Amino acid sequence: MIPNDRKYTREHDWVKIEDGVAILGITDHAQEALGDIVYVELPDVDSEIAIGDSYTTVESVKAASPVDSPVAGKVIEVNEALDEQPELLNEDAYGQFIAKIEVTEVNEDALLTAEEYEQLLAEEE
Amino acid sequence: MENFDSLKKTPLYERHIELGGKIVDFGGWALPVQYSSILDECKAVRERCGLFDVSHMGEVDIYGNDAFAYVQKMVTNDVTTMTPGRCRYAVMCYENGGAVDDVLIYKFADDHYMFIVNAGNTDKDFEWMKEHVFGDVRVENNSKKWGQLALQGPEHQKVLDAAGFEGEIPEKYYTFNDKMIVAGVPCLVSRTGYTGEDGVELYCAAEDTVRLHKALMEAGKCVDMLPCGLGARDTLRFEASMPLYGHEMSADINPMECGLGFAIKLKKEYFIGIEALRAPQTRKRIGLKLVGKGVARPEAEVLCNGEVVGIVTSGGPAPAVGGNYVMCLVKADADEAGKWAVSVRGREIECEFAPMPFYKR
Repeated sequence: MIPNDRKYTREHDWVKIEDGVAILGITDHAQEALGDIVYVELPDVDSEIAIGDSYTTVESVKAASPVDSPVAGKVIEVNEALDEQPELLNEDAYGQFIAKIEVTEVNEDALLTAEEYEQLLAEEE
Repeated sequence: MENFDSLKKTPLYERHIELGGKIVDFGGWALPVQYSSILDECKAVRERCGLFDVSHMGEVDIYGNDAFAYVQKMVTNDVTTMTPGRCRYAVMCYENGGAVDDVLIYKFADDHYMFIVNAGNTDKDFEWMKEHVFGDVRVENNSKKWGQLALQGPEHQKVLDAAGFEGEIPEKYYTFNDKMIVAGVPCLVSRTGYTGEDGVELYCAAEDTVRLHKALMEAGKCVDMLPCGLGARDTLRFEASMPLYGHEMSADINPMECGLGFAIKLKKEYFIGIEALRAPQTRKRIGLKLVGKGVARPEAEVLCNGEVVGIVTSGGPAPAVGGNYVMCLVKADADEAGKWAVSVRGREIECEFAPMPFYKR
């Protein structure tokens, strides 16, 4: 099931914006496609991210996948647990965020509703 | 669904899909990168058993009264001491020492050898081999006639027992028996593999491959065997520090630089590329373990005492030993006891020198 409490990108990332803070993660489809995740390169807290910047790189056994940010702003928190247990992203992609960004700008055009994202998945099948 | 119509397929293509294989384009071949999880599949091979489809590998037969002399000329290793039923690893080189391909040689008789070559190199290799034919030598590309399965892991014997076989399983590493019947299928069985684990590889007629694969999968239930994809195959060979053509070795990286001295007999009178390999080498293959967090991939720069001395040729996790490792090609005079690092997306990750193989059974 695709949670409908957040928005999605065509690159299979999710973003939940609450009180000016964007919580960012990857979708279940993304973790499935990546396979076993062995390392998540977390951004530095306080670093400034622009729209389209890759704010993290998720490393699976075979590949490094940069993840682009649909928002701009300052990183205020990262999911430290992923540092030791990157496989948490495989286990619960929607329950594990990667970073929280204090939003200054959102690329609304890039964001899909849960319904639109579900449709995208169906098209890609 | 992605479209794999234009890709080459092994006889097991439908079977891979049936088993949930995640199909990728591997050098023009539609093959499964994984079925369940690369890490689970690696673990199965290290602890129990795994079954791989390696039917994409090329088979080139060499026939004729001059077959022995021809093989001696074509490869770095010495086949003088090979008797029928033996396998030997070797490299075919260009005149400048660069590798055409690494090959596994099977000797059937003085006038019949077979080279197992890398799938993506088969056509190139066959052309190269044809160009160098002399006297009474005939080379045949029989790749399409064969299916090939690799049954790898400490419990592989139990799987063969459960599948049922006639004939003797080759006991010694790098030997083969071409007159076996496994699960009712005529096979060549060799005690070889590309995982660093004990196991066998089975060659059968292309049209028998599905039957053999089904029978082995069924038999494998007794040890909780997993079908394994190319991802696991690559990680396993990486842990065992076996070179992969196109990474550790290529037309631009000769086998001496790659550290394959054991398969290069410079005392031989001649093989193509011998002069180049006799000369002192300027680069060497080494292994490093990442001490800092991160994963380094091919092409990442390698630093020794702050100076760039080479590049990563393969990198990733080595699950059987833990941690992330790289194999790299560096300047021959780089100080192994020095301070090592790899540069990943502009960030330096500290490394320590790691003797190869990273994993040894």
